[in-house]
Amino acid sequence: MTQTLLPRRALLAAAPLVAAPSVLKAQTQARLLVIGGGFGGATAANFARRTYPWLDVTLVEPKRSFVTCPYGNLVLAGTRQIGQITHSYDGLRARGVRVIHDWATGIDAAQRRVRLANGETLTYDRLILSPGIALRWGAIEGYDEAASETMPHAWVPGDGAQTLLLRRQLEEMPDGGVVGLAIPANPFRCPPGPYERISMIASYLKRHKPRSKILALDAKEAFSKQGLFQDAWAQLYPGMIEWVPGNRDGKVTKVDARERVLETEFGTQHKVAVANVIPPQSAARIAADAGLTDASGWVPVNPRTFESRVAPGIHVVGDANIPGPMPKSGYVANSTAKQAVASAAALLRGETPPEAVYFNTCYSHVGDEYGISIVGVFRPNAEGTAIAEVQGSGGVSPRGNHPEQRRLEALYADAWYESITKDMFA
Amino acid sequence: MRPLPLLLASLMLATPAAAQAPLAAQGCVGCHGPNGAGMGSVPGLAGRDRAEMIAQMNAFRANERPATIMGRIARGYTEAEIIASAEYFARQPR
Ligand SMILES: Cc1cc2nc3c(=O)[nH]c(=O)nc-3n(C[C@H](O)[C@H](O)[C@H](O)COP(=O)(O)OP(=O)(O)OC[C@H]3O[C@@H](n4cnc5c(N)ncnc54)[C@H](O)[C@@H]3O)c2cc1C
Ligand code: HEC
Repeated sequence: MTQTLLPRRALLAAAPLVAAPSVLKAQTQARLLVIGGGFGGATAANFARRTYPWLDVTLVEPKRSFVTCPYGNLVLAGTRQIGQITHSYDGLRARGVRVIHDWATGIDAAQRRVRLANGETLTYDRLILSPGIALRWGAIEGYDEAASETMPHAWVPGDGAQTLLLRRQLEEMPDGGVVGLAIPANPFRCPPGPYERISMIASYLKRHKPRSKILALDAKEAFSKQGLFQDAWAQLYPGMIEWVPGNRDGKVTKVDARERVLETEFGTQHKVAVANVIPPQSAARIAADAGLTDASGWVPVNPRTFESRVAPGIHVVGDANIPGPMPKSGYVANSTAKQAVASAAALLRGETPPEAVYFNTCYSHVGDEYGISIVGVFRPNAEGTAIAEVQGSGGVSPRGNHPEQRRLEALYADAWYESITKDMFA
Repeated sequence: MRPLPLLLASLMLATPAAAQAPLAAQGCVGCHGPNGAGMGSVPGLAGRDRAEMIAQMNAFRANERPATIMGRIARGYTEAEIIASAEYFARQPR
């Protein structure tokens, strides 16, 4: 009875056929192709091999190792080294994933083919696409890739160079300098990320350059876990952090990278010692090139299968999609990648995709032994047209004086990082 | 459905598909470690008593058990999902 669940091709795989392994493989296994080896893609490849051994899984990712964005802010604080947040693809290989280190350069959805930079073409039965974000160079006047060598963004993992550059600039800055941040409007990768970053930079400055200041110029009027962050800033870093919302001229519209000037909507120029510019974002280029994005620059998806609304057979997970009320977070990428793989496996077997429940937690470190969190549990609505948060669940850590809660959440955050990266890479 | 002969039933349990975690429990392993083995300060769930875990989850839901985060999490899941997750974790090697 379990056997009838398998596709015919997978059944053949169980028979002791004598054939060249490559031929056998091509003829007998359903091919799941994964593009992008980050939070969504590594999770998908690992989960697929663990849960559906009859799937033939290939992962395309240009980088030889993966530096996580999560905990990058602790590298800025000086409490983590970049090596501690760098992960190898050997674990996925050991699980039987074929890992190809290259760029996917084009997707032919009709023919179910993907082209690689090296000229090779891969065919798939189902595609999981988790390529992350593109930074919109030029959306802030003067902020292009060259400018990011002076004013780092440190917002896409890359090889860690951006995070290390920002760290070095903080180390070289004289005491009494101003660190300026430009923070974008919604939606963007990791809603609490800029505010964790402010906190971690403050913790470094408090220790080593206590006369310095942080000027956070924000395009928004409100942000994730705002009350908790601002309580902590007042308590841990009094007088150090100035946050300027959009309606008080906080929106940065122009930069002068050479002079280190951040200019806002109404023409105020802020000269700073170190500038961290987090620019507006969109889905990564491959998603746009494949025609999957809408006018917003992000990818509309089915709330249950994460299949693209325009290209059947392509499941788009992670930050590239439009996730309804869910944040663009690593945990959401992880959770939705599993649902997408389970749906892909079901559809390959001619079954109905499983019921979905999506999960998010974002821990933020705010100071030594001081952590806070936000939780969300989400489901597709009854009509299957949209995703909604489960009423009465989730929410943020309690406000007020709770030192033990803060201390424990900082510890649990570390355990989260270990668990989720094992779930992806081990 | 006719009960399966014992040998066949145990063979099926041994197949990866049958041992697979319910999707709801997939949300838990991002903190509780692979297969719920525990991670650092976050307690393990693997090999624990099923009924005890269900009781703890119900207490988290009702705010009757001190928690930094589990109350907010437990209230997001249905009773059926909690039972299925507890059954899965109870079956994992400690
Ligand atoms: C400072 C910071 C802190 C954060 N902290 C947290 C946190 O504490 N918790 C949390 O849950 N989330 C956090 N996040 C968010 C998290 O990093 C993202 O949500 C997550 O990385 C999204 O996963 P993804 O798979 O969409 O993209 P990524 O993880 O960025 O992976 C995309 C991968 O695709 C590859 N790729 C791109 N284009 C191609 C192509 N054409 N061909 C092949 N490969 C390609 C890239 O090389 C990359 O490796 C943080 C983010 C930042 C910036
Ligand atoms: C974001 C991290 C996180 C996630 C996700 C998570 N837990 Fe927990 N869990 C914890 C922490 C931390 C504790 C300790 C209690 C507390 O502070 O909330 C805990 C405690 C527990 C306990 C009590 C264990 C004991 O010995 O006291 C149970 C049972 C449990 N979790 C089950 C689950 C289940 C089932 C899920 C998935 C539906 C889950 N947890 C998801 C972090 C998490």
